[in-house]
Amino acid sequence: MTWRALARIALKTAILFILCNLIFVFTNGMTIVERLSLYNLVVPGRARLPYGENPAESYNLSLDSLPAMLASHTVARPKAADEYRVLLIGDSGIWGWRLTPDATLSAQLTARDLRSADGRRVVVYNLAYPIQALMKDALILDAALAHQPDLVVWFVTLDGFPLDKQTYPPLVARNAKGVRALIAQYELPIDPRDPAFVDAPGDLLARSIVGMRRPLADWLRLQLYGVSWALTGIDQAIAAEYAPLASDLDADPTWNAIAVPRPLTPSELAIPVLAMGEKLTRAAGGRMVIVNEPIHISRGANADVRYNSWYPRWAYDSYREGLERACGERAWTCLDLWDAVPADYFTDSPVHLSPDGTAILADALIPIMIPKG
Amino acid sequence: MSFDLSAIAVFAAAIGAYWLLPARTRGWALLIGGGATLFLLQPRLPIRFADFVLPTGAVMLTVAGWWWTRAPNQPATRQDVLAVAILAGTVLLLALNRYLPGSARLTPSRPPDMLTLVIGIGASTLALYGVWLLTRRMVSPMARIRPLLLLIVALFALLKTEVLAIAVAGAWRGLAGQDVTIASALDLNWLGFSYLAFRIIHTLIDRTSGILPSLSLHAYAAYALFPPSLVAGPIDRADRFVKDFDALPMLARFDADRFARGGARIAMGIFKKFVIADTLSFGLSLNAVNVDQAVGTGALWLLLYGYALRLFFDFSGYSDIAIGLGIWLGVKLPENFDRPYLRTTITAFWQSWHKSLGDWARFYVFSPLTRAILRRERKPSSAVIVGIGHLATMLTIGLWHGVTVNFAIWGLWQAAGLYAHKRWSDSTRRWYRKLSETPGRKRAWTLFAWAITFHYVALGWVWFALPDVGQSIRALGRLLGIGW
Repeated sequence: MTWRALARIALKTAILFILCNLIFVFTNGMTIVERLSLYNLVVPGRARLPYGENPAESYNLSLDSLPAMLASHTVARPKAADEYRVLLIGDSGIWGWRLTPDATLSAQLTARDLRSADGRRVVVYNLAYPIQALMKDALILDAALAHQPDLVVWFVTLDGFPLDKQTYPPLVARNAKGVRALIAQYELPIDPRDPAFVDAPGDLLARSIVGMRRPLADWLRLQLYGVSWALTGIDQAIAAEYAPLASDLDADPTWNAIAVPRPLTPSELAIPVLAMGEKLTRAAGGRMVIVNEPIHISRGANADVRYNSWYPRWAYDSYREGLERACGERAWTCLDLWDAVPADYFTDSPVHLSPDGTAILADALIPIMIPKG
Repeated sequence: MSFDLSAIAVFAAAIGAYWLLPARTRGWALLIGGGATLFLLQPRLPIRFADFVLPTGAVMLTVAGWWWTRAPNQPATRQDVLAVAILAGTVLLLALNRYLPGSARLTPSRPPDMLTLVIGIGASTLALYGVWLLTRRMVSPMARIRPLLLLIVALFALLKTEVLAIAVAGAWRGLAGQDVTIASALDLNWLGFSYLAFRIIHTLIDRTSGILPSLSLHAYAAYALFPPSLVAGPIDRADRFVKDFDALPMLARFDADRFARGGARIAMGIFKKFVIADTLSFGLSLNAVNVDQAVGTGALWLLLYGYALRLFFDFSGYSDIAIGLGIWLGVKLPENFDRPYLRTTITAFWQSWHKSLGDWARFYVFSPLTRAILRRERKPSSAVIVGIGHLATMLTIGLWHGVTVNFAIWGLWQAAGLYAHKRWSDSTRRWYRKLSETPGRKRAWTLFAWAITFHYVALGWVWFALPDVGQSIRALGRLLGIGW
C-alpha cells in the first residue's frame, strides 16, 4: 500500500459520500425512509403510537416523524373488507399510561368483539398520544385519516383546550410545516409565528444524510425496538410503585394562570381545532364522536373548590358548558363521560385509569361503537 | 473518559504526534502514554481520591513486577532509573491536576495533595522492598516471586468477589469519612487491572522457568502498560512484545502500509463494537430483565442468539481496535478471535475465542497443573488428568469474570464440553477417518457438529448473561419449552 493508493481510496470515499448525500437531498430521502418500516412486515405493528421516556426499559422512544410513527402502528395494515375501523384520539389516559397493551381502551373495546350496524367487525386503534393539546390530536388525526377510519372517537379534556398551549407539545412544535398548513387552511386562531415552532433549516446540508442524522437515528432505533417489542410485547416501562392521587386538595381556585373564577370565553378555547378535526374526518368519509374524557372527582378536603389537582370546579364547569354549547350549535355527536368512572379507578393522574376503570369506560362507549342504522 | 469513540480519536491524534517524535524517543513516549492512559481512562469513582490511587497502584505494581522479574544479577541501569523517574514524573504531573478547575482536569476527579501522595508512594515502595529483601535469598525461584504473585491474586480475588469488594470499599469510605452504608463493588472499578495482572503473572512465572528474556524497566513497563491493550487485551507475551519494542526506532516514520492496515482494523473494530454490538444491546440480546419478558420459546432463543452475537462483536471489536492502534504504534498485538462461532468442536471454539486468554490459561493453569499431576508417583488415568486440567482452566477463566456461582457454573459447563469432546474424539477417530471417505456424509456431519457446538456455547452463555442461578435454570428450561 502506498500513500498514493491511500489518497485514491480517500478521494473515492469522499466522492461516494458526497454523492450519497446529494441523492438523499434531491430525492427527499427522509420522506422515503420514514415511510419504510419493519413493522407489520417483519415484526408486529405497535398497538399504540411510539412514546417512551426510558427506551432501555420500555423498548420504545419518542420521535417527531408522524409518518414513521404511523407506519409502525397496526393501523398501517390494509383495512379488511369486513372491518369497521375505529380510531381513538386523545391524551395519555387513552394512550394507556400504566396500562399494558392488552389493557388499553382500544384493546378492551376490540376484545369485546363488537359488530357494526352493517355486520362488520369493530376494530379499534389507539392513536392517542401523551400530552394534552387539541392541535397535537388534530395533527395525528390529519395524518391518520389516510388509513380509512369509519369512526373517529376524539377524547378531550379541559387542559387540551387553552389556545395558548396548542404549540407546546414537541410533536406540534417540531412538525411546524404541517401545523402551519392546517392553521392557514382552516384559519385557526393560533399564531403561525409562535416561537415554540422549530423550523427545519432548508439548506442543502440540513436535508442531507449528515443533516438528517438525528431523525435517521430515531427512525433506525424505532425499527430496532420493534424487534424487542416483538420478543417481549412490552412498549412501556410501568413502575410497580406510583404516587396515588391525593383526595385532599388545595383551596386554590387557579387554573391556567386565571386566579379569579369567571366564565371561560369561546375565544380562550380551541373549539376551532375541534371543528377542523370534524371537517377533516367528514371529508375523509368518516364519522366523529367527541367524548369528554372521565376525570378523577375527589371527595376529600376542598372538594367544593376543585374536582381534582388539575381542575377547579369553576373552570371545569364552564368548560363543560362551553363544549356542550359548541356540540349543540354545530350538530356534533358528543358524549360527556366526565363522571363515568368512580374515583377509585384512577391511578397517578386525574385522567389515568386502571384496567378496571378502562373497562367501565369501554362499556360506556359501546353505544357509540355500534350505532343503529 | 471511557474507551469510547472520543477516546479512540484522542488515541489516534496522540499516535499522530508519536510518529513526529525523534525515532529514539518512541519507546519513552510509549512508557509515558501507558502511564498516562491508566489515569485518563480510569472511570470516576465515588470514594475520594480512589480514581487516582488505583492507577498509581497499577504503576507501582508494574515497577514491582519488573523488580521481581529482573534476570539474576541484572543490575539497575541508568536507563532503568530514568524509567522510574519518568513514571513517577508522569504520576506527579497528573497529580498537579488538583490545582486545575474541574472542567480543565485530565484526571477523572481531583487528585490527592502532593505530600500525601509522595508519602503514600514512599511507604508502599518501602513495604514492597522490605518483602523483596525478605525473600530474595530463597533458593526456589517460585518462593522468591510468591509474595508478589499472592498480592496480585489477592487483589484479583478482592476485586472480583462482591462481598469482599463491598467490605473493602466500606472500610475505604470509612477512612475517607464518607457514607459506608452505600459502599458498592463498583467503588473499586480499577481500569485495566485484570489485564495488567495477567501480564505481570506471566512475567513472574516465566522468570521462574527461566524463559523470560532480560528486560529493562523501560521495555517491561511499556509492555505491561501498553495503552491499546490496557482495557480489554489482547494479552501479549513479553518476549514477543519486546522484539517489536526494540525495533521501534528502526521503523519508517510515514508508512502507508502500516497506516492502512491499522486503520482498516480500527474501522472494522468500530463497526463491530459501536454499530453491531451496540445495536444488539437495544434490548435485542438476553439480559436479566428481558429473560422474564420473552413472549415464548422462539423469542427467548432469538434473545440468546442476540446475546451470543453481541458478546462476540463487542469483544472482538475492542480487540480489533486495540490491534489496529497497536499496528499504528508499531507493535503487532496477538490475534484474539478467529471466527469462533464457525467452529465445529468446542475445543476448536476455545482455540479461536479470546485466544490470548486461552493461551494464558493453558500456559499458566492447564500445563503446570497437568505436569504436576504427572510428576506424582500414583498418577490417575490420562482422562482424569485432562478432566482436572480442563476443570481448573475453565474455572479460572470463569471466576476471572467474577467470583459468582453463575460464572463458576459457566466454567464447569465449558470444562464438561471440552472433556466430553476429548473423550468423543479419542473414541471415534477410526469412524471419523472413514467418514472422510464420503464427502456428502462428512459435510452433513460438519454441519451437525457446527450446530451442536454453537448451541452448546450459546446455552452456556445463559449462565454468563444472567446473575442468578434460579433465573438461569428457569431460562434454560424455557429455552427447551419447559416452564412457560
